[in-house]
Amino acid sequence: MYFKKNLNKSFNILLLKILIIFVFILVSFFIIIPLLPLFLKSFSDNKNNFIGLENFINYIQNPSLTQSFINSLKVALTTTFFSVLIGFIYAYALTRTRLPFKKFFNTFSLFSLYIPPLAVAIGLIYIFGKQGLITQGFFGTIPGFDINLYGFNGIIIGEIFYCFPQALIILVSALNLSDQRLYEAAESLKASPLRKFLTITLPNIKYGLMNSFFICFILSFTDFGVPKVVGGNFNVLATDIYKQVVGQQNFAMGATISIYLLVPSILAFLIDKNFQKNEASLISGKSIPFKPRKNLIVDSIMFIFCSLILILVIGVFSSIVLASLIKIWPYDISLSLQNFRFSNVAGNGYEPYFNTVFMSIYTAIFGTIFVFFTAYLVEKFKPLKKIRMLIYFFSTLPIAIPGLVLGLSYILFFNKPSFSVPFLDFQIFNPFSLLYGTMGILVLANIIHFFTVCFISATTTLKQIDKEFEEVSESLKVPFYKTFLRITIPLSLPTILEIGSYYFVNSMITVSAIIFLYPAKIPVSSVSIVNMDDAGDTASAAAMSTLIVLTSLFVRLIYEFTSRNVSKKSSVWINPLET
Amino acid sequence: MKKLFSFVMGAAVIGTALAPSANAWWWGKKGSEKASITVYTALEDDQIPNYLKSFERDYPNIEVNIVRDSTGIVTAKLLAEAENPQADVVWGLAASSLLVANDRGLIQGYAPKGLSNVKPSFRDPAKKPSWVGIDSWISAFCVNKIEAQKKGLSIPKSWADLTKPEYKGHIVMSNPASSGTGYLSVASRLQNLPSEEDGWNYLDALHTNIAQYMHSGSKPCKAAGKGEYPIGVSFGYRAVKQVNMGQPIEAVFPKEGSGWDVEANALIKKDKIKPAAKTFLDWAISPEVSREYAKSFAITAVETDVPLPKGFPSNPEKQLAKNDLQWAAVNRERILAEWAKRYDGKSAPK
Repeated sequence: MYFKKNLNKSFNILLLKILIIFVFILVSFFIIIPLLPLFLKSFSDNKNNFIGLENFINYIQNPSLTQSFINSLKVALTTTFFSVLIGFIYAYALTRTRLPFKKFFNTFSLFSLYIPPLAVAIGLIYIFGKQGLITQGFFGTIPGFDINLYGFNGIIIGEIFYCFPQALIILVSALNLSDQRLYEAAESLKASPLRKFLTITLPNIKYGLMNSFFICFILSFTDFGVPKVVGGNFNVLATDIYKQVVGQQNFAMGATISIYLLVPSILAFLIDKNFQKNEASLISGKSIPFKPRKNLIVDSIMFIFCSLILILVIGVFSSIVLASLIKIWPYDISLSLQNFRFSNVAGNGYEPYFNTVFMSIYTAIFGTIFVFFTAYLVEKFKPLKKIRMLIYFFSTLPIAIPGLVLGLSYILFFNKPSFSVPFLDFQIFNPFSLLYGTMGILVLANIIHFFTVCFISATTTLKQIDKEFEEVSESLKVPFYKTFLRITIPLSLPTILEIGSYYFVNSMITVSAIIFLYPAKIPVSSVSIVNMDDAGDTASAAAMSTLIVLTSLFVRLIYEFTSRNVSKKSSVWINPLET
Repeated sequence: MKKLFSFVMGAAVIGTALAPSANAWWWGKKGSEKASITVYTALEDDQIPNYLKSFERDYPNIEVNIVRDSTGIVTAKLLAEAENPQADVVWGLAASSLLVANDRGLIQGYAPKGLSNVKPSFRDPAKKPSWVGIDSWISAFCVNKIEAQKKGLSIPKSWADLTKPEYKGHIVMSNPASSGTGYLSVASRLQNLPSEEDGWNYLDALHTNIAQYMHSGSKPCKAAGKGEYPIGVSFGYRAVKQVNMGQPIEAVFPKEGSGWDVEANALIKKDKIKPAAKTFLDWAISPEVSREYAKSFAITAVETDVPLPKGFPSNPEKQLAKNDLQWAAVNRERILAEWAKRYDGKSAPK
């Protein structure tokens, strides 16, 4: 008996170790190893001669660098501040108040993330550009004002559109898991609402808050889509990379700038690691989920706030829809549905659209499984601490890799038929090269490109579930995978679904990595939007964007429906007596 | 546990397996007897089907897979794939980009059938040229007539006009560091004034009038078409196209002559060069498809009887300013570094 018990236990641990190493290998091959050839390039010239730190020194000596760096920093700090603020208030409204029309606000919470970046730019230009509705005061009917879209202001608006939903996702999952008992205790001690907020709410979500700062900062620090279209002459590091790689095919310099871009995320990682040392779990086996009470003032303020945010987002979307129907903006405003017939524009008709939908579905399914399992192994167990730390670190890296750098690295790695072994005249077949030129490479690139936010969202949730569950299972000799399937997954289902829908909507709109990777036979719609816009068919580009937005919205509705049923079930897990 | 493990493994296997099978399912075509080639191109998306019609008619057994992107992306993709090239043929990419690719040893010289019809300045002079041109694209200004009138601006006719104080803040231009069109304008100015120093002085003067340097060749013209800025320094085909779309644009070909580059074809060097790739290159300079090119481009590499497209100057070849493509390619890095030093760093928002 004793022997068997021990065997079971050691089998359990062995299995865990194998799984952790397996995940470690996958993560290394998909994140770190593809980046190596590109990073090696930063130490060589364009003919692959080793030149040491010369690129780095050249770049620093370039007077525009200091300016780009300061600009990137300004953009990132401003965006982070507003995105987290807006994301927090919106998330608070959704989780902790009796916000009227909550279902509606919840469904539309990520709406600005559904809009392809190029379309956001089209929308912003139609509203705030020199001929924009607001700039010209709705065709001169009211006095207009010019916000000076091109430059800092435009970048900030565009970035907030892109970043605040990301903060929202993390904060919603942080705020969702809370313990009613703490608030009840505070109430019986007659604590003021402010005090409750400062001593219970904020400390409970500090991890999520910290992460959303970290995510928004890095996203806006590294994004090049928005600055490229509305940035005007306001240079940032990411557009510097674009100029080097796409404008001048100078991969070495592009790689060098990418390394500069990685610095803040490595710093953020170190700070983050320090920060969470004293983190305690929130949800124990005895927790009771929070039940918001009616509060007319708070609820109406929240209603006004959320409405204002949505009006701006829906306003931009409406102008995209309008753009898809108008003949020549702003000179011939006659409407037509012509532009939804794509066959006369890109030649591929609706095919890219369906390819994109399938790509996004695959990404959502496989990405979610991979991300959640990785987060679970990293977060919940004790063995192989160093390797788990490494997995964690690798998982936080993708967010700092600009899409076009990821795309190029993937070409360099996945298009390599074989590796040569150093010092030996021997070639090893690269099994990953089979993926190149298939849908698989697109799905993989998407999974990795959006990995960090999903990973952090998953760890935030897992952290809040008490390790007590694992400990009790262990002492009851229940193998960990049973606990995983029966407790962890059901408890985390809302977050899991959230991750799936995040993967889906991002894959629907992503351009930067995919534009280098899509095979000739699998055109995707986000790229055809860029091509249609290139060819001057703004209206068709807007029409395709409209389709994409509606698809994501449709998926979101399915998600809403499923998650409502699911959260009923998962709350049963937290408090079985309640039903 | 087994369940879980096989689930994870299963997912991984399905993940890799689904992709190609989904592919085959989408396309239904299995390699079969049909030869297939992959063509990288930067030609305009909406023109490609028209061009390809005659190829599809004459060579029904060759399947052509087109990858279409902007010049910069296609070139970056070509260079990144160097170790295991995916493209068989490049069709209609800037000659200056092909010079870079050739420099890295990615191109196989090939003399397509009918090469003698190609004008000498439109091809690599080598016996087996690394690149063979099909048309030329030239810089031009897009001037929005309605906005110019509203702002009381006269229509600029020359490069010199653009430096007049009245245009301050009304001109947008492609950024030469991110767009080939931007670079050809800059390179042309540097080659066509008495000395390079004069060229830089001109660009200094132009810079004081520029509102924005944009990250694409066509964008300045698009911005002009939407009235965002009255004047965009872009390229001829773009300007003429927008005029024909009904936008209030006047296409201005500057008096001193336009900067230009050639859109050219090339054969990609790889272990197995498909005969179909050479067939494609032969076809791509044939008189029949050249007539199609001539419907959108004023200047084609193979002379055709197609009347000049509406909106171009009557003697387009005369419009070409002096330009040494090789010089522009060799000096590119130096010129862009100088350009960035002068105009890029100080472009903080005003």
